[in-house]
Amino acid sequence: MLIWIRTFRLGTKSLMLHPLRSLLTVLGIFIGVASVIWLLAIGEGISRKAQEQIESLGATNIIVRTIKPPSDQITTTSLLLQYGITRADYERLSQTIPTITRAIRIRELRQRFTRGGYEVDGRLVACTPEYKDMLRLELDRGRFIQDVDLEQAKNYCVLSAGVAEKLFPYEDPVHKIIRVEESFYEVVGVCKPKMPSAGIGGSMAAQDFSNDVYIPITTLWWRIGDVVISRRAGSLEGEEVQLSQITFQVDNVKNVIPTAEIIKSLLAKYHRMEDYGVTVPLELLEQARITRMMFMIFMGLIAAISLVVGGIGIMNIMLATVTERTREIGIRRALGAKRRDIIRQFLVETIVLSTVGGLTGILVGFTCPLFTSLLKSGVETFLPGVYGALPDIVKTMRPVIVPASLPLAFGISVAIGVIFGLYPARRAANMDPIEALRHE
Amino acid sequence: MKLAASVQNLVKEYHLGGEVVHALRGVSFDVPEGDYVAIMGASGSGKSTLLNLLGCLDHPTSGSLFLGDENIAHASDDRLAELRAGRIGFVFQSFNLIPQLTVLENIEVPLYYQGRLSRRDRERCRELAAMVGLAERLNHRPTQLSGGQQQRVAIARSLVNDPFFILADEPTGNLDSATTEEILALFDQLNASGKTIVLVTHELDVGKRARRIIRLRDGRIEAVIANATPGKATADAAAVPIASQS
Repeated sequence: MLIWIRTFRLGTKSLMLHPLRSLLTVLGIFIGVASVIWLLAIGEGISRKAQEQIESLGATNIIVRTIKPPSDQITTTSLLLQYGITRADYERLSQTIPTITRAIRIRELRQRFTRGGYEVDGRLVACTPEYKDMLRLELDRGRFIQDVDLEQAKNYCVLSAGVAEKLFPYEDPVHKIIRVEESFYEVVGVCKPKMPSAGIGGSMAAQDFSNDVYIPITTLWWRIGDVVISRRAGSLEGEEVQLSQITFQVDNVKNVIPTAEIIKSLLAKYHRMEDYGVTVPLELLEQARITRMMFMIFMGLIAAISLVVGGIGIMNIMLATVTERTREIGIRRALGAKRRDIIRQFLVETIVLSTVGGLTGILVGFTCPLFTSLLKSGVETFLPGVYGALPDIVKTMRPVIVPASLPLAFGISVAIGVIFGLYPARRAANMDPIEALRHE
Repeated sequence: MKLAASVQNLVKEYHLGGEVVHALRGVSFDVPEGDYVAIMGASGSGKSTLLNLLGCLDHPTSGSLFLGDENIAHASDDRLAELRAGRIGFVFQSFNLIPQLTVLENIEVPLYYQGRLSRRDRERCRELAAMVGLAERLNHRPTQLSGGQQQRVAIARSLVNDPFFILADEPTGNLDSATTEEILALFDQLNASGKTIVLVTHELDVGKRARRIIRLRDGRIEAVIANATPGKATADAAAVPIASQS
């Protein structure tokens, strides 16, 4: 042990004789290690964000959503287009499949909300009280829709944070009245802001909850009904949709996939058109896991290349050093150094170089979150166009330093020191001491 | 009388291309403890080869070479390295100090490869540096020293492991005559205190300081000349460097 400490001291001394050269050599490994940590941290940040969004859909959930069928499948010539999942589907599925513990139906419409001089275009979500638990909505003030409201088809509404802010910038919205198209609703509660979650129903865009207004589903049936008429290009178009979405909660993660199969086959039996989509967050999670792994492997590969380049830099310098110090090697051999002493000496030098590179790389690796947020705000300030074009997931992503990447990066840098140092060290040790002493 | 080294019928051949070079063709002599031997000869006479063999840097083709009681003719590389570290004191023509080490650290190098460096060893290194007159320069680097001072460091280094003999290869070859005299005086002094010295040189004036001169020619011992008045007392040998001092 003592001999290693002494060799270490000697090695650092020799390296300090050429500080610039040592610094440049260290730089190669430093960049490699820092990039391993950074790439893994960014990769982890992005995939964690994606996973969060999927998990917010619920791992035991199966989501069936109404989709407007592709036009080539529409056979009816009537002005009124009937499509989507129905109340009958809801009854059938929720009553006949024993693994389903809860089924939550909603109907949503694009509507305009107004109050005084303020207006917002948003999503009117007709739902049941369970919807709040399913989406993990939190109330800022007031209360959510309750069973009583449903029974009595009350014209109560709950505002999302975004709508509340836009319609009531200076007031408490609770017990105030807002207008949704032709009806009036009394505000009974306001939600806290909620982050977007992963897209469903075949759409890749994240779901945004910031412009939602929630009302009891029975109220919608009484007041608005299933038919929505819209004027488009001079003609009237009508759509009849009973339910926009049913979220099924399954009793056990194991049963999610089989239950989804049953739901799909049952729906196929009653629907002639592709007017619904089935999303299984669990499947998305699996996919995300695979994507994440590919991503990590890819990032790791890039980092590995930069580490190998750093290693070659070390080897190059050490070979030059060995040639330059031939005479010193000769002297040491004449004074009693064994071959393994010489190997140890040069190996320690390369390991010191690569370890210093590794440690500084790790230190700089820790600055990744700071640096990416600086970079993001820089892009936001100076290149707003570029920033706007970035996907949401990149904008909201926070790099997460993977704890395993620290020992990994350190281990790799030491290993590179050993691997790329061994050849120059052996070359030094195999010199004939007589020749080496004569070397000028 | 104990022998520091004993050479018996030593043969060394090199293979260069397809040709065999006979560097030593059977050399025998003894070096008793306390002796001061100069090995002399023209270039190509085999004195460098003999030096390398005595210095445990090479293996002989045949014959035996005893250091103390041990025949090292067929010793392993590691054993030879141990002997170099433990029992031989090298002094080279070009000093061969390690540039990045201080005076004290240079003196310590052989101990380092013996795997020992106690407080007492370090104290001994200081004493040796003081003995060769460098007590004030322990933390200087070789480049900060004159040639004579560097050679003194090398001599201190050669003594640190209490060797069988000091093996000096043209130790004054790179020095001016005044410094040469200083170094040779140091050797005289060391020999007087009982150290065994084997000195390889082609300068007769230097060789004459020894007790005996072994003259090599074409890989054989041509003559062994005993010097009745070794050391500085040899007036005619000393006369030359002194004259050139002015």
